[in-house]
Amino acid sequence: MSAADWEAVIGLEIHTQLATKSKIFSGAATAYGAEPNTQACLVDLGYPGVLPVLNAEVVRMACLFGLAIDASIARRSVFARKNYFYPDLPKGYQISQYELPIVERGELWIEGDDGEDKRIGITRAHLEEDAGKSLHEGLQRFSGIDLNRAGTPLIEIVSEPDLRSAREAAAYMRKIHTLVRYLGISDGNMQEGSFRCDANVSVRRRGETALGTRAEIKNLNSFRFVEKAINYEIERQIELLEDGASVVQETRLYDAAKDETRGMRSKEEANDYRYFPDPDLLPVVIDDEFVESLRGSLPELPDAKRRRLVDDYGIRGEDAAIIASNRALADYFEAAARATGAAAQLVANWVTGDLAAALNRDGLDIEASRIGAADLAGLIERIDDATISGKIAKEVFEAMWAGEGSADAIIDARGLRQITDSGAIEAIVDAVIAANPSQVAEYRAGKDKLIGYFVGQVMKETGGKANPAQVNAILRQKLSP
Amino acid sequence: MDAELHQLTLTQLAAGLGRGEFSAVELTRALLGRIERHDGDLNAFVTVTGEQALEAAQRADDARAAGEAGVLNGLPIVHKDIFCTKGVATTCGSRMLEDFVSPYDATVVERLARAGAVVLGKTNMDEFAMGSSNETSYFGPVHNPWDLERSPGGSSGGSAAAVAARLAAAATGTDTGGSIRQPAALTGTVGLKPTYGRVSRYGMIAFASSLDQAGVIARSTADAALLLGVMAGFDPRDSTCIEHPVPDYAAALTAPVRGLRIGIVRQHFDQGLDAGCAAAVREALAVLESQGATLTEVDLPNLDLSVPTYYVVAPAECSSNLSRFDGVRFGHRAADPADLMDLYCRSRGEGFGAEVKRRIMTGTYVLSAGYYDAYYLKAQKVRQLIADDFRHAFEQVDVIAGPTSPTPAFRLGDKTDDPITMYLNDIYTIGANLAGLPAISVPCGFVDDLPVGLHLVGPHFGEETVLRCAHHYEQATEWHAACPEAYR
Repeated sequence: MSAADWEAVIGLEIHTQLATKSKIFSGAATAYGAEPNTQACLVDLGYPGVLPVLNAEVVRMACLFGLAIDASIARRSVFARKNYFYPDLPKGYQISQYELPIVERGELWIEGDDGEDKRIGITRAHLEEDAGKSLHEGLQRFSGIDLNRAGTPLIEIVSEPDLRSAREAAAYMRKIHTLVRYLGISDGNMQEGSFRCDANVSVRRRGETALGTRAEIKNLNSFRFVEKAINYEIERQIELLEDGASVVQETRLYDAAKDETRGMRSKEEANDYRYFPDPDLLPVVIDDEFVESLRGSLPELPDAKRRRLVDDYGIRGEDAAIIASNRALADYFEAAARATGAAAQLVANWVTGDLAAALNRDGLDIEASRIGAADLAGLIERIDDATISGKIAKEVFEAMWAGEGSADAIIDARGLRQITDSGAIEAIVDAVIAANPSQVAEYRAGKDKLIGYFVGQVMKETGGKANPAQVNAILRQKLSP
Repeated sequence: MDAELHQLTLTQLAAGLGRGEFSAVELTRALLGRIERHDGDLNAFVTVTGEQALEAAQRADDARAAGEAGVLNGLPIVHKDIFCTKGVATTCGSRMLEDFVSPYDATVVERLARAGAVVLGKTNMDEFAMGSSNETSYFGPVHNPWDLERSPGGSSGGSAAAVAARLAAAATGTDTGGSIRQPAALTGTVGLKPTYGRVSRYGMIAFASSLDQAGVIARSTADAALLLGVMAGFDPRDSTCIEHPVPDYAAALTAPVRGLRIGIVRQHFDQGLDAGCAAAVREALAVLESQGATLTEVDLPNLDLSVPTYYVVAPAECSSNLSRFDGVRFGHRAADPADLMDLYCRSRGEGFGAEVKRRIMTGTYVLSAGYYDAYYLKAQKVRQLIADDFRHAFEQVDVIAGPTSPTPAFRLGDKTDDPITMYLNDIYTIGANLAGLPAISVPCGFVDDLPVGLHLVGPHFGEETVLRCAHHYEQATEWHAACPEAYR
């Protein structure tokens, strides 16, 4: 048998940190990067006698997410305790949701491997608190515990096993990532651990309906790792099964350096979590009015925005997808497109091309772009009205990026205005023809490709400022025998 | 004068302080002296906070002089050692917390302090409030002032003994299955457990969160009402604390009981109840009837399931609540742990006593995969049935009356070998915890020179009715004023 005879079945559990100022059950700050244990109050430390109080903001955020994935919002959800001992888990239990989560039965559409739209079911999304962090680096004979992260609000998004490849899994994860940032409920920062996932992977022979035994790969914190880890795991399982062995249900870790997954010691996962409703917290009760008011506050979602960008601006679907993947980028595009009479596709080209490259080069978000949307529109106007060529525009763009001012100011200061006076261009063309008699003869003898040489010569003479289309037309006319 | 001060109730002391007959400092000195003299026999205290008490008393006197006296200004009380007190050891009767000094005050502690109360110390208790005899305390059993060979009950046994022996005018306690009312009954004091959610649990070390409720042990119903008025009320730090107006409990005491419908539960007088106790309770009911209350029999058909239900729910919650005592951040830590597992096992193995371990194991078991439905879920359903029984009963009556405890105080050591017999001590009190109802125990007589308690249960937020009924009974009797001879 070969890999083509097998089908992978994948489900993801995505943990997203909610962008609240304070923790889910205490007033301590959630900001990243503080000195260890400086953002943990007595509640986070699990001191005797302290009690959790739910941060209302997390309920709003979870509901917003539920509405965005067309899910059912539970009018009554319950926090439960997940009991296990670990040094970075101060209370000896994690407060989570178990039997009655706040969000159930949602869906998300991705582009499937066959290129068609594919529905991915979302089983549930529930609220929970994060644990702290154990530190081992640089410490000998003991471990450090940093409880700053303890009590940070998370929403865990659990998909149905609807994904069939690592590519689909990564596409789904990207889509969720885009969505949570759209909704403003998470910064999605993967380096800081604000967005990470566990992947449940199994394989089965094509055509079979029963699920194979799955392995769970824990703590994947980049799209690339998700794809690589799943691919490795699929291959590993197929190999096992083809050799007549079987897959063990277990938790595995992905080692990015070696690009492989490894089983965790079974001791670490032999937990009976003894879930039960947390008696310190009341059930979360939500009324229809609250849900409806939230529905009204939902922003335009990525898929709808992508479709609208194509419909309203006539830009290419793939550009619309890139632009719509980031709410601020889309706002930028729309502002620029509205500010110019030039074709919106030209704006899209600049936004996804030079602008994206410059942002990427300087490690900036679109919000911190050194060129505002109106200024970029100003540059595009000058291309559109033939004041400058596309090539000169790149030079102007770099100058604008460097803070030298608006497109018009730079064009004037550097004398970059395109030569469109046909008389002036003709004079230069004549001079070039006169200076290159042998090339003219060759061209006229049928060596058409030499046109490029002549254009180059004219551009060189004009410092690139001559209108290329005009140069081309005049050259062809004058060179014709 | 000192010889008499300790005999005054909280209400009388408030009046005396108000009239300037004595100062808070004098009063505090007198009681600290008594603690010094008697606590060697009683072992009611884990920590005596003499210095802080005298400072607080001085502040109270200054406040009074400045015309800024709070309702409890200068009144000497003690806290069960389950309430976190900033800067003072809070042991919960356990080796686990032998050296634990809380960095914050419980809401109850904060409110009483703000009202001007002077705290004389922290009282002994069953370890983590798990026990009905005070014998599970790491710091040794408390002795009953009525007979030092006997238990004062538990888990708030230190608070009850301190009040009964006149070492403090009143005390805080906590009640999960009867831990205020049973020791009150066994020491001839008044014990009030409010409605679940009436008083904040913030800062009260959790045993079973859905059952725990803070309350008071006092010398009279009026004193209990005075303290409850200060302790009760919404606290944003406790999600289970209910936003419900706090009435004037003292004012509610005097409304007549004529026409008050008192329910009597037939099963309460079935086998297991000491004949002397039964007689005392029946006599008490006759007194209330003579005051104009009507007696009706009510049925609580599922009451016999309350003890087994409780011993599933409470251990389940405690097994999780006590997980935080892991030797990592606070509390007892085993010496030289070999690794993490060794740190956990030995810290907890050394830090917890036998009864606490028994309950943690029971609770862990009933929550385990494969057993959860049969035990925990089933117990929650029965708990709902019991609550429904009470709800139906309160459609017919205003108060349900009966015995607080099946027997008077038993000998120390008598029941320590048999946990089931010990658990049955709370048979009459547990129902109110499972249903979250307010209940009080008031002294109603003696059997063989040992006090007996009358138990009154009210509907949710029916504290006023329960207090009023108890107060009227007190007006007609002298049982609550009785004092053990050695402590007069």
